Amino acid sequence: MADTSIPTPSRAPANLVGWLWGKLGDVLDGPFRALQRHIGANRMAYVFLAPNVLVFGLFSFWPMLLNFYIAFTGGQSVILAERPFVGLANFRELLDCPSWLDPKTCPVAGFSFWTGIWNTLFFAVVQVPIMIVVALVTALILNRDIRARGFWRAVYFYPVMLSPVVVAVIWDWVLKRRGILNALLSDGVDGWNAFVGSNLFVPILAGLSGLAAWAFCQRLLRDRPVWLKLVGTGLGALVIAFILTSFRANLAFEPYRPINWLIDVRSGWPMFWVIFVYTWGHLGFYMLILLAGLQAIPKDLYEAAEMDGTSKSRAFWRITLPLLMPTMIVVLVLSLIRAFQVFDEVYVLTGGGPGQATKMIIQHIYESAFIGDAKRYGIAAASSMLVAGLLLILTLGQLAATRKKAGG
Amino acid sequence: MINSTDVSSFLTRKRARHGFDWTDVLSYAYLALGVLLVALPIFWMFMSSIKSPRALVENDPRLLPHEQLTTPSADGSRSHGVFLWTKPDGSQVDVGFIGPRGVNARVFEIGKPAEIIEVPRSQIVRKEVVQPRWENYSEPTIGSTQSRNFNFLRYFWNSTFVTVVATLLTLVVNAMAAFALSKYRFRGRDAMVIVIVSTLLIPPTVILVPLFITVSSLGMLNSLWGVIIPAIATPTGVFLLRQYMLTIPDELLEAARMDGASEWKIFWRIMLPLSLPALSVLAILSVMWRWNDFMWPLIVLTQSEVFTLQLGLSTFKGELNDNMHHLLAMTVLTLLPVTLVFVVLQKHITTGIANTGLK
Repeated sequence: MADTSIPTPSRAPANLVGWLWGKLGDVLDGPFRALQRHIGANRMAYVFLAPNVLVFGLFSFWPMLLNFYIAFTGGQSVILAERPFVGLANFRELLDCPSWLDPKTCPVAGFSFWTGIWNTLFFAVVQVPIMIVVALVTALILNRDIRARGFWRAVYFYPVMLSPVVVAVIWDWVLKRRGILNALLSDGVDGWNAFVGSNLFVPILAGLSGLAAWAFCQRLLRDRPVWLKLVGTGLGALVIAFILTSFRANLAFEPYRPINWLIDVRSGWPMFWVIFVYTWGHLGFYMLILLAGLQAIPKDLYEAAEMDGTSKSRAFWRITLPLLMPTMIVVLVLSLIRAFQVFDEVYVLTGGGPGQATKMIIQHIYESAFIGDAKRYGIAAASSMLVAGLLLILTLGQLAATRKKAGG
Repeated sequence: MINSTDVSSFLTRKRARHGFDWTDVLSYAYLALGVLLVALPIFWMFMSSIKSPRALVENDPRLLPHEQLTTPSADGSRSHGVFLWTKPDGSQVDVGFIGPRGVNARVFEIGKPAEIIEVPRSQIVRKEVVQPRWENYSEPTIGSTQSRNFNFLRYFWNSTFVTVVATLLTLVVNAMAAFALSKYRFRGRDAMVIVIVSTLLIPPTVILVPLFITVSSLGMLNSLWGVIIPAIATPTGVFLLRQYMLTIPDELLEAARMDGASEWKIFWRIMLPLSLPALSVLAILSVMWRWNDFMWPLIVLTQSEVFTLQLGLSTFKGELNDNMHHLLAMTVLTLLPVTLVFVVLQKHITTGIANTGLK
């Protein structure tokens, strides 16, 4: 047919890009062909590797080695030759404390370091389990026979696409002293108090307790005649309503006083919200990986279990969890390593404050080296080495645990 | 073609065996709660971003952007807020508010700005209309305030430049390396692969200081190249592409060599087009990394001409200023491109990330 040869308008741009792409390749082909004639086809492998190795060596490998050297030098210069060798002085300043558990007993750098370490440990130990459990629950629900799965999955994943700065601005705006959260809580408390004090309280309460009592009697008096159920319902509703109305005065809350969620010093709220916001921003990623793991479990296993009369909960503990274990380990390792390096969200949200309450270890490194008049690169490098060691131990420990599990 | 019976059977579709039970109700309730938790903060920020500066300063907790009506003063030099005055006899009239005096307010009736009267403040209520303030968006981008302290267009350009250039370089450089590591035999190849994979374990955050010193000694501080170059050789990229290229049969390359194609041409004309699925996953990841990157730009870029959007936003947020309306609008503009990309490529992004386990 004639119309197969006519390019459709939607394909024309793609063809143009393809043509440009080919032309670009042809232009670059000249020098590469000359080079190939010189060194032979097989050695071209080194040519293809060269840019990567160059960048990788210069900006990953070399800095890694350099870090060791900088950790043993002092001064504030970025020129290596001008940095005096100080031996273990940086490490001594970080580690030479009467007690690591109480950063206040340390010198300035040590105080900042150990505050960061303990805050980060607390953050990781609380955040990682919570996130894994919530991600697992979400993935399990999305793995059910559910409508519009793609939509739910996309919504849960969406915050992962947002930048940490945007996430922090959004939540800062929600958590302000006169932000929407305090307004909602205040309205909620006022509304509840108004409801408790209003004339509607007793009828609505009676209706609800009647419903509850009816559902209860349906179960308890399953085989009895209807009039008995009705009597039971009436009695039950009376009892519930009596109990609740006698406590009516106690049901009203104190008037709500707005909380400064991110600045309130002596409460744990800033740390709570840092954990919450970080989890909000990263949950979708781990949910997605767990969902992929769940969908890789063969369906016929469940069908076989169902035929054997295995209960749902037993199938979960005996089939789902063991087969999901490799994915869970990946998620655990990834989330733990990431949690240890948390910086962006916290830095923009609280700046490590109030005081030092949410200062994480990476912020300590960043601030030692790049903030303030005294640029203590040596302290930062020494701290980096200690953190890298910690992360390495964590990773290797987890890999070993995985291997043991797989072997046993 | 979508058959109408297909649609109706889809809409009325039931679960095959169990029907609708209480665990379904719980599931949907849980999912809906999660959607609220994701959508509400973003929605609240968007609604706030079209409010007037005054509504933001006063922390108006209402969702919609209410704005008070104004009326010009007698000489036309100022404008006064309009209030609705309910007279003691019950009749109502619009008044312009001049100022308070004790428990009273000095006002004038609309149309009679010269006759100033005093009324009890309890008798007047603010007269408002719902009116989105799109100037929050236009002022920092194309308006007069753009260059004062938040040069949005410059930051946007910097971010775009970094994202596009870094992604292209990342793709080419890593694809070249992956090609060499998957399709050639040479000494040290396996050692190379092991080195690259093992650096996946080294977190980039722990080499901040030496990397900074390296970049500064190369004179790339306060240059966008200092942000772009150091991270273009990602071990994840090489790993991802190499695993994919291993599945491309060698016979294709041999046939091209027979026809006299150079190694470069084989790479450019055969390997790259055939690796398109893996390349697009890496491209999506790279765009996400670069557009959202914060820590490394924060260290390398200290002058505001070279700020990326993320740096601009965080600096702007850090300053205690009354420009909240601009900050919120610019935050919305910053998340907009990512959101559009996500809406269009949602399926590719989620499957790509689920398959590779990378972010």
